[in-house]
Amino acid sequence: MGNIVLNKVSKSFGATTIIPEIDLEIEDGEFVVFVGPSGCGKSTLLRLIAGLEDTSSGKINIDGRDVTGEAPAKRRLAMVFQSYALYPHMTVYKNIAFPLKMAGEDAAVIDRKVKDAARVLNLTNYLERRPGQLSGGQRQRVAIGRAIVRQPSAFLFDEPLSNLDAALRGTMRLEISELHHQLKTTMIYVTHDQVEAMTMADKIVVLNAGNIEQVGSPMELYKTPKNLFVAGFIGSPKMNLINGTAAAKHGATTIGVRPEHLGISTTAGEWKATVGVAEHLGSDTFLHVHADDVGPLTVRADGEIGVHHGETIFLTPSPPKIHRFGTDGRAM
Amino acid sequence: MARAVSTNRKIGFTVAAWVVALLIFFPILYTIITSFKSETEAIAGFSLIPSGTLESYAEVQAQSNYFKFFLNSVIIAVGSTILALVVAVPAAWSMAFSPTKRTKDILMWMLSTKMMPAVAVLVPIYLIFRDTNLLDTRIGLTVMLMLINLPIVVWMLYTYFREIPGEILEAARMDGATLWGEIVYVLTPMAVPGIASTMLLNIILAWNEAFWTIRLTTTNAAPLTAFIASFSSPQGLFWAKLSAASTLAIAPILIMGWFSQRQLVRGLTFGAVK
Ligand SMILES: Nc1ncnc2c1ncn2[C@@H]1O[C@H](COP(=O)(O)OP(=O)(O)OP(=O)(O)O)[C@@H](O)[C@H]1O
Ligand SMILES: [Mg+2]
Repeated sequence: MGNIVLNKVSKSFGATTIIPEIDLEIEDGEFVVFVGPSGCGKSTLLRLIAGLEDTSSGKINIDGRDVTGEAPAKRRLAMVFQSYALYPHMTVYKNIAFPLKMAGEDAAVIDRKVKDAARVLNLTNYLERRPGQLSGGQRQRVAIGRAIVRQPSAFLFDEPLSNLDAALRGTMRLEISELHHQLKTTMIYVTHDQVEAMTMADKIVVLNAGNIEQVGSPMELYKTPKNLFVAGFIGSPKMNLINGTAAAKHGATTIGVRPEHLGISTTAGEWKATVGVAEHLGSDTFLHVHADDVGPLTVRADGEIGVHHGETIFLTPSPPKIHRFGTDGRAM
Repeated sequence: MARAVSTNRKIGFTVAAWVVALLIFFPILYTIITSFKSETEAIAGFSLIPSGTLESYAEVQAQSNYFKFFLNSVIIAVGSTILALVVAVPAAWSMAFSPTKRTKDILMWMLSTKMMPAVAVLVPIYLIFRDTNLLDTRIGLTVMLMLINLPIVVWMLYTYFREIPGEILEAARMDGATLWGEIVYVLTPMAVPGIASTMLLNIILAWNEAFWTIRLTTTNAAPLTAFIASFSSPQGLFWAKLSAASTLAIAPILIMGWFSQRQLVRGLTFGAVK
């Protein structure tokens, strides 16, 4: 089980309020991603759930039990830290065995569980090494191994992949998703990388300055962002946000059009634009253009498109894909 | 090409390092050589080849009992180090793991006391020792050396403890460790290398301390530093005997230093070498 409910939880450090007041419900077995810009309070929120920080007010329930005042050790949660936080003086085996040893399991059980975990994580050949003798990816796997052996009710990850290179990050992303499918245990995953959020999450929680801006599945956030912040944060490249007369024509203060929802023509269209930089990625081309009366726009075009710097093109947003926002920044 | 250049540079550095090391070590080496000479040889002029006589050692031992001084040195050096650790470990611990706004200032203030010349407080301390009957006692000297080295011990331990990442302690807490489990399985193993380096360095500092040990002792509590000093005495200069005494005094600490080189280098660089 791993059902986590936050009820009016807030956190202040001295006079500075980091998290004003949050209500959130995480269902058993869900993969939840907290995403938001740096410094918005993602780690703080995760640490509140872990019990590494005390709440300033509000209640935290895990599986119906109020754990607000409980020590981290009693909450039956496992955490993977950004720095891995492996015990440098212990071998990989002992690192993974540590939570079991603390739980008072007997040696035979520990041995079996550690070896099982090592097999799942491809660490069997490294059990006698110290963390200092492992690569970043291997250390990450040891940290995950240490988390899974105890069969916690939920896993907490704090930007676990940010110290890895791009290729390894991709692989580990898949491995963690795979692990979630196997274990079916609740996972809460913190990241500021919206690609990680989109690809891994069942449910994304978008945070901004300690507030929850929106909660929903990746496609919900992509299709119906509730406000300008979410609209600008989810999706890559970013949604084009347009103010002024072009927006007024659609009856909104601001309209948002994703780069992939702009039709391109060389002869006619709603907006006339001059091509600036064209980024050829192979499968796609990102055109950075300047549209008259509208401003700079990013357009996602076909990989084979033959458009060059300085040329004039015409862009037409496809009407059902236009997001309209009012003066308060909320979706209309 | 690049490889040849770097090899040349390496040779250059190695030679330079040896020259500097020999230059610094030479006085000690010459002391050891002289200790194997007779008095007449010793004053005869510069020579690197001693006759190998042990007569200086015999005379030194006959004149004053080396082992009594040796024992005093051990008691004072080890005792003051243990006392210093007992005081400094909790102090450094709290400063490293729950620092306040003033922590840095307190550390600087502690270190600043080391910048004051010891002579400045010689008279008051001497009078305090005299009035409390601590002159020429091992306990008095042990406490004195503990106080003298305390700032350095606290400072060193503080830098070591600071190196222990807080996330590891949090990981232990998440892994279900109780406070006791955290201390036994995680904190202590990670802190012990730092404590050991500090201990070694402090033993050496206390062993070599000559200012207070010579001034606050006469016979009973006198350690090896006083033992050496007693041979550069009013009776005139006996180079060979003085050298033999010095060699005897530094031998134990040299041997200890040799066997604990790695720990010591870490200690002397204040944890900068990883
Ligand atoms: N112990 C603390 N004392 C005071 N302020 C803190 C403390 N911990 C965090 N903060 C502040 O709380 C805010 C949120 O920090 P937090 O670490 O939760 O951000 P984050 O969203 O995880 O950012 P990042 O993506 O950079 O990791 C920051 O402004 C930070 O300075
Ligand atoms: Mg963070």
